[in-house]
Amino acid sequence: MTDPVWRPSADLATLRLRAELLARARVFFTARGVLEVETPMLSAATITEPNLASFGTVYSGPGPRYGRTLYLHTSPEFPMKRLLAAGSGCIYQIARVFRDGEAGRRHNPEFTLLEWYRVGFDHHRMMDEVAELATALLAGRWALAEPERLSYRELFQRHLGLDPHRASVAELAARAEARGVPIPSGMPLDDTDPWLDLLLTHCIESRLGAGRLTFVYDYPASQAALARLRPGDPPVGERFELYLNGIELANGFHELGDAGEQRRRFDQENTARRALGLPVMPVDDNLLAALAAGLPDCAGVALGFDRLVMLAAGKTTLAEVMAFPFERA
Amino acid sequence: MATYSTNEFKSGLKIMLDGDPYAIVENEFVKPGKGQAFNRVKVRNLKTGRTIERTFKSGDTAEGADVVDVELQYLYNDGEYWHFMDQQSYEQSTADAAAVGDAAKWLKEEAICQVTLWNGVPLSVAPPNFVIMTIVETDPGVRGDTSGGGGKPATLETGAVVRVPLFVQNGEVIKVDTRTGEYVSRVKE
Repeated sequence: MTDPVWRPSADLATLRLRAELLARARVFFTARGVLEVETPMLSAATITEPNLASFGTVYSGPGPRYGRTLYLHTSPEFPMKRLLAAGSGCIYQIARVFRDGEAGRRHNPEFTLLEWYRVGFDHHRMMDEVAELATALLAGRWALAEPERLSYRELFQRHLGLDPHRASVAELAARAEARGVPIPSGMPLDDTDPWLDLLLTHCIESRLGAGRLTFVYDYPASQAALARLRPGDPPVGERFELYLNGIELANGFHELGDAGEQRRRFDQENTARRALGLPVMPVDDNLLAALAAGLPDCAGVALGFDRLVMLAAGKTTLAEVMAFPFERA
Repeated sequence: MATYSTNEFKSGLKIMLDGDPYAIVENEFVKPGKGQAFNRVKVRNLKTGRTIERTFKSGDTAEGADVVDVELQYLYNDGEYWHFMDQQSYEQSTADAAAVGDAAKWLKEEAICQVTLWNGVPLSVAPPNFVIMTIVETDPGVRGDTSGGGGKPATLETGAVVRVPLFVQNGEVIKVDTRTGEYVSRVKE
């Protein structure tokens, strides 16, 4: 990296591969009758999740939004659901998205999401299609074994011998300590999710997807995000994640269509934000109205396109597959 | 001292952990897409040299450590402490055995050393990369051997022992690389 900063950090062969994979993704969806759409990057409302930070900017031109704060989207999920509710049928988008505060070898604050929605699919059928797409895009570069699927519970049972739905903070902390995980200060005593994330990132993630696509599904209800809940003991969020070679590649949901439940989650997230000293975010009323009008039963997924290119190219950092990463932008 | 957010972490940054000064060796940002972000860091204890792993919740802070590297001249050893002087300010600093460590055997009076100060007190001492010293004891070499192959131990004026070629004699002055502890050459005075 002694290159002058004006130069791209990715080599030309990788940029060609990137273009080829984009073209192949479009062929994949066109062949399946999934419509390519574009939705606004800049919106009056944004996501409320405490673990995601939106970039904001102020509009100063004519019109009713004069002087208003607008947010760069962290994913195109909300407007895509409005299209679905308006009868678009299956849709996909290749979108540049923005997340403040996320930079590292595997994170760039601006990156490309390949996001798509399939009407009539649940999260398991969506996992089938994600595997087909990933296999198609990695063909000739990775000899992958059959994909595997593990529930979030099986994942923690297999790797740590504990039940993530029932373990207490004390049990999770003890297991982390026993595994030699350096415990950060300020970990909450009343919320198991950060502890589960600590164990996942330190003890499990690097072992996931060794030579095969590994899907993790059915997350704790508290980590359901925008997934629908399936009642049970305990209830779980019908959400999944895809890993390959220790890298998180995609996150998908059997989409929540209940406007009332969605509003409750937004409000809960904003309450959590307030408790953490984070700014409260404007809730997307257009999304709620679309859900109230009726979202078709569907599944959706967002795949980190840059990370997929990174794996296809045999690289280890996002900077190697982006023309100009954050530091050079 | 300043406090640093994990967002300001980078290798080389000096921070305080459990009352000891550390230098960040590696800093990795990890975050599950929908979950808590962490900074996994490798840090080196500047007192012991040991490297350990630590994890911070992203956005948390650590107190900065007042650690600076300065060039000081070695003056003398009083039997317990090593005394150094800043050649600009003439201010003197005293280092204990823990700070001087292995550097002790290379310290010759007037040598310019790199000293790491923590809150103004020497934390570690690095001798010059090369020192010139007189041999005070070595066996007579084998006559006729000029190749330097094989070698023999020689004790220097500071007590350090290095391997020298067989032709090098008692009372000669030699140049030594302190990083490897190896003989470099003879020096004509």
